[in-house]
Amino acid sequence: MQKFKGIDYFNLESLLTEDEKMVRNSVREFVDSEIIPIIEDHYMQGTFPHELVKKLAELGVFGITLPQKYGCAEMNNVAYGLVMQELERGDSGVRSFASVQSALVMYPIFTFGNDEQKDYWLPKLASGEKIGCFGLTEPDYGSNPGGMVTQAEKVDGGYKLNGAKMWITNGTISDVAVVWAKLDGVVHGFLVEKEFDGFTAPEMKGKHSLRASITSELILQDVFVPEKNLLPNTNNLRSPLMCLNQARYGIAWGVVGSMMECYSTALSYAQSRIQFSKPIAAYQLTQNKLVYMLTEITKAQFLNLQLAKLKDKEEVKHTHISLAKRNNCEIALDIARVAREILGANGILSEYPIMRHSANLESVKTYEGTHEMHTLILGADITGFEAFE
Amino acid sequence: MKIVVCVSHVPDTATKIVVGSDNKTIDANGVTYVLNPYDEIAVEEALKTKEAQGGDVVVVSVGPDNNKESIRKALAMGADSGVLLKDDNYRDSVGVAKALAEEIKAQDAQIVFFGKQSVDYDNSIVGQLTAEMLGYNCVSVAVDLKLDGEKITAEREIEGGREVIETSLPAVITCQKGLNEPRYAALKGIMAAKRKTIEEKDAAVSENSVEILEMKKPAPKEPGKIVGTDSSAVPELVRLLKEEAKVI
Repeated sequence: MQKFKGIDYFNLESLLTEDEKMVRNSVREFVDSEIIPIIEDHYMQGTFPHELVKKLAELGVFGITLPQKYGCAEMNNVAYGLVMQELERGDSGVRSFASVQSALVMYPIFTFGNDEQKDYWLPKLASGEKIGCFGLTEPDYGSNPGGMVTQAEKVDGGYKLNGAKMWITNGTISDVAVVWAKLDGVVHGFLVEKEFDGFTAPEMKGKHSLRASITSELILQDVFVPEKNLLPNTNNLRSPLMCLNQARYGIAWGVVGSMMECYSTALSYAQSRIQFSKPIAAYQLTQNKLVYMLTEITKAQFLNLQLAKLKDKEEVKHTHISLAKRNNCEIALDIARVAREILGANGILSEYPIMRHSANLESVKTYEGTHEMHTLILGADITGFEAFE
Repeated sequence: MKIVVCVSHVPDTATKIVVGSDNKTIDANGVTYVLNPYDEIAVEEALKTKEAQGGDVVVVSVGPDNNKESIRKALAMGADSGVLLKDDNYRDSVGVAKALAEEIKAQDAQIVFFGKQSVDYDNSIVGQLTAEMLGYNCVSVAVDLKLDGEKITAEREIEGGREVIETSLPAVITCQKGLNEPRYAALKGIMAAKRKTIEEKDAAVSENSVEILEMKKPAPKEPGKIVGTDSSAVPELVRLLKEEAKVI
């Protein structure tokens, strides 16, 4: 097993606290010994590594920033980011699993739920005893979630839900889905449990990306949801968008893990691969590629660290997160492709992690707000003109 | 039961080591230090012992302030408190053992865990020396351990096999790979470690009996020799392996 040493050209390490470094190192070791040795097989076979759920829970990566009384670590956003970065160095699918559980299930229950909901669900989700998913996107409403057609209707003792959701990470294996539906035209969140009548979550097959992660549809046909499963503090589209902000923050950090993995693979390959009697790292074209990668990784690391500081001070704007998510995903995908070029034909083999990261990043660039939507969000912020409605 | 686990803070095995300008120390510049890997096994065994028997796990380390990082890691894994026996200077194995023995006596620990060696100086001797100074029984290079009241049944790794031995508390155990699988420092553990105390005191005075005269890197490997590329080279290859390399 190879130990990953990290990429830190500007000694950003010196800006981390002892706890933050310890968290990063612990998750890094975990990824080296528990994820990297098994992930290629899962990816090739298109299976989710169920064996990791309990281990990830014991490590404490679900709901990192939430209070200790729910069994969470109650750490800051730097630690949260570093955990996402290290997990995604292993695989974007594994990071997605942790992101959804934390940012899209535990966060909304913590933020919009009542005490009874929090006390029941959060410890179980933190310990991995229960798995959750987040149902916002619909087949016809991706970038425009406000157009959703999933409906909730008030009935005696609760609500009746009808509709369909798509592209739902963890859906098929979830015990609880945070489902967003319109009640009298206003978006609310509901905790839909897997055994509710009329609720099914078939897995979507045929993915070329995030193959070690489960993606599902959620189908709701006259599903009765009891009153106690309404998230009481949700009352418009802002609520699910707040969740997405949490997840996007994790993605901005996570993809730097992919960048590091692709860069360090390409660097060591270039140093040992001999063509025309010298290592390809000795050629200017290769050096140009490696320097590009390192420069972009370093810029993304600075961006993330300041983003974390702003988030910890509660001064972060959703546009800051959009900028970081947009930039880092695009760069990560570029770096994966350039790394593949350096590895030549070898780059497409599962012996190296490049192609898996590259294919995963196509999804990561698209989910939680496409590259284009983040461009328009930022465009609207700086010009004052909304270009998407 | 009071359980002590002794740990050292060593250069990460993935670090490239450079000898310092005095030729007697390593250049610490850019070197990452970690909890000695064998000591992680010792910490794990101490925690398992606590989980089975109850008690308190105290982590003890001898050395400069930086050693607190490794103590902190052991606390994050689950140990209860730490003691740093401070000494900023080089201290030989006897000196380290003396400081540890004094602290272990003060703690009145019945069982003491060490890694079988530290991966910095690799002397593989501090556990045994400490046991001798305390008059405790000692099991070195343990790969299996069972504790039943006062009785200890352990397996040791020996040349070509395993040795099963019995002894009794109080005892020092030095831990080898295979004894257990050390747990990761979990996030909650890292947060909990912030509230645990590390007591600092001066290490017992000791005169070094070993002096480091010089440190040097191993000589670089000679390039290999290609005797030939087809079967006609076999006799010459066999002759060289016999007469020059003397391996067959």
